[in-house]
Amino acid sequence: MTRPAVLTGKHFMHGDHACAEGALAAGCRFFAGYPITPSTEIAEHLAARLPEVDGVFIQMEDELASMATILGASAAGARSMTATSGPGLSLMMENLGLGVMLELPTLVVDVMRGSPSTGLPTLPGQSDVMQARWGSHGDFAVIAYSPWSPQEMFDLTILSFNMADLYCVPAILLADEVVGHMVEKVTIPPEDKIDHIERKKPSKPADGSTYKSYLVEDPDLVPALPFAGEGYHIHLTGLTHDERGYPDMSAETHDHLVRRLFEKIQKNANDIIRVEGYELEGARIMVVSYGCTARSAHSAVLQARAKGIPAGLLRLVSIWPFPECIIRDLSKSIDHFIVAEMNLGQVRLEVERVVHRDVIGVHHAGGAMIPPEPILAAIEAVAK
Amino acid sequence: MKKEIRISGFGGQGVALAALVLGKAATLYEDLEGVMTQSYGPEARGGASSADVILSDAPIAYPFVQQADVLIALSQEAYKRYRPLAKKDALVLIDQDLVQPDNSDSVKAIPATRLAEGLGRRIVTNIVMLGFWTSSSGLVKRENMEKALEDSVKAKTLSLNLKAFSTGFEYGRTRERPHE
Repeated sequence: MTRPAVLTGKHFMHGDHACAEGALAAGCRFFAGYPITPSTEIAEHLAARLPEVDGVFIQMEDELASMATILGASAAGARSMTATSGPGLSLMMENLGLGVMLELPTLVVDVMRGSPSTGLPTLPGQSDVMQARWGSHGDFAVIAYSPWSPQEMFDLTILSFNMADLYCVPAILLADEVVGHMVEKVTIPPEDKIDHIERKKPSKPADGSTYKSYLVEDPDLVPALPFAGEGYHIHLTGLTHDERGYPDMSAETHDHLVRRLFEKIQKNANDIIRVEGYELEGARIMVVSYGCTARSAHSAVLQARAKGIPAGLLRLVSIWPFPECIIRDLSKSIDHFIVAEMNLGQVRLEVERVVHRDVIGVHHAGGAMIPPEPILAAIEAVAK
Repeated sequence: MKKEIRISGFGGQGVALAALVLGKAATLYEDLEGVMTQSYGPEARGGASSADVILSDAPIAYPFVQQADVLIALSQEAYKRYRPLAKKDALVLIDQDLVQPDNSDSVKAIPATRLAEGLGRRIVTNIVMLGFWTSSSGLVKRENMEKALEDSVKAKTLSLNLKAFSTGFEYGRTRERPHE
């Protein structure tokens, strides 16, 4: 039985499967990856589903090749993706930087498990947050979203594809084992209700050698890179390159290029960033959290409110670019920030950087989801 | 209303499928909130394993069972491991041929495996148990469980599964009063 690409309707769906269905709904027709727990169900599901919609599924020899292959597919115009976990993400880092340098949109789904190294394959973690941001060498910026439910595994996969295409950069979906492996209600909208953003197209037709792929004419700092095979002369290199894409080793070109790669994300941050606030009214204590941990944080905040404590939750739906302005604005009326996350302080340090004061951390290195109780205890401790 | 339900047994008894059917029935056909989780570690392969469902009429934040309101045990090992973690007054359903409950424990018992074998396939023991839970708990309507079953099993095994469900349901309905 062949099913359509968009399974419109209500489902009781596994988080990893919801991610795979989100990819299909977003028009992704190319997956290259190497299975790794707890992301394997994404690959497994797409191995069955992609052939049904004339897509391509390739199980690669490793994660280095997976990352290179999805960049190649993107250069040819396909919406492409891979799925992995911490150890695989480490192996993808060099080519993730290549994607940033070539400005090729693609999606890397990282279902985080207990790390470092092989760590805890079947158990959750949230410790790849900084690796997503700084793991590849050089100055660069990426886009990363963090789902807290199977519904968001679907929704944010689509958003990640759209943002990657809009800003010509790899996007990372920072999921975790809890969200990846839980089953919950997922509503898939009709096909015509699914947002789809196309990559910018060259404004001139292919007419020989004159087109400059990396010439930036728009204020969004995003070039209109032609797809391979459309007749344009294109040149892609990880070396520092000029507007034609040809190697240019000058300091000026390098500074200009790297600044633009960085600034195109910073400049468009307000368009990329997504946060959700809960119980913000009159809040004096703000819990910041993301992914599965935000579910416990939400529960803790509601329990604190029931006890008359003015606590709120800021949930980071996007982590990169970091929502600096939003947190800085909030800090004017907040007495205490608490960051709850399944690592030893990766986002807490970011919040401290932004608010210029000590931030309380509720941390666990991973292996089990942080329950509401320690977050509530931290709220109560500062409320005294 | 919030109910934490744990379905446990040894690997291969279909506890995950039973939990999936239950979750589907409640979330897609009853308009309840529901979340299912299961153990993914080595314990999921043989030994005592469990699949958990939380049902609620309000959004569910923390998705894991903390103290089960309902425990279904399909093996002695599962009963031994999970009974102390469940609420003292939990609704406990056991396969009476496979589980010897503690003397002090008030349980609802059904020869689920034997009944499944009577239908021709031991593999539907989990669905017999699901039928038994449905009539014992009164939490989810029979027809909605049957709809969820239709969504979840292969077409050629549907009539066997429906028969298994009905067998468990009737066993509970004729022998047990709904759990208060």
